Amino acid sequence: MQLTQIAADLGLECLVPLEPEREVRGGYCSDLLSDVLAHTQPGDLWITHQRHLNVVAVGKLREVAGIVFARGLRPSLDVVARAQTERVNLFVSPDPAFAVAGKLYRALHP
Amino acid sequence: MVRRTNVVLRRIYPIAPRDLEQAGTVSTHVRRELLALGMNPDVVRRASVVCFEGEMNMVLYSQGGRIILLVKEDRVEILFSDHGPGIADIDLASQPGYSTAPDWARELGFGAGLGINNMEKNSDLFKIRSRVGEGTVVRATILVGVPFF
Repeated sequence: MQLTQIAADLGLECLVPLEPEREVRGGYCSDLLSDVLAHTQPGDLWITHQRHLNVVAVGKLREVAGIVFARGLRPSLDVVARAQTERVNLFVSPDPAFAVAGKLYRALHP
Repeated sequence: MVRRTNVVLRRIYPIAPRDLEQAGTVSTHVRRELLALGMNPDVVRRASVVCFEGEMNMVLYSQGGRIILLVKEDRVEILFSDHGPGIADIDLASQPGYSTAPDWARELGFGAGLGINNMEKNSDLFKIRSRVGEGTVVRATILVGVPFF
């Protein structure tokens, strides 16, 4: 499913200009970076509470479709700037991680 | 006769200890270099994960050192070498879940105790050598397919 559609369905606020053609294939929910590196698949939407610079690197290396900061958590401006340079899609959701994951699952598996 | 394969690319990156601002930049650079060489995306992803875990370990735990990227015709080699403090028990340090990360690092999502494990799983050949008080050297190799001779 297209990232723009997912973002609209889940009510995600987009923090960097989107790559509109990006496909979302699944999701992963974790705050442990090694766990994310080991288990996310390319095209996953990564839902997390971590919002520091290294998160952008992890997302880039695993080629996730985007990173969603749950519970309205906002990254600092340098994180957003790094994501823009590296072309990593960042989103904020007002929902807790559980609800973001639930909505994503429902969107991907209607 | 051992046939030596040509070095296609060699890069050396210095790593500063505790520099979390810069941590991850070597891995993203390595990823870009490998993609630019037109390497298989799976090889690039595995090499990137190996590099990131090694880089983070050096930033979080070592007194600094360097990462060397060597791309040969049939393999990607990543060498990590640091100036200490060294690992007393490598088997223990490699055990999934074992970590000496301080609380501040755990709060940032590091210290899951999966770093060495992740490096090993994503490598075809993996070797750690360490001496307490001197330093640690890690060699991770990812084979990209043996060329026909």
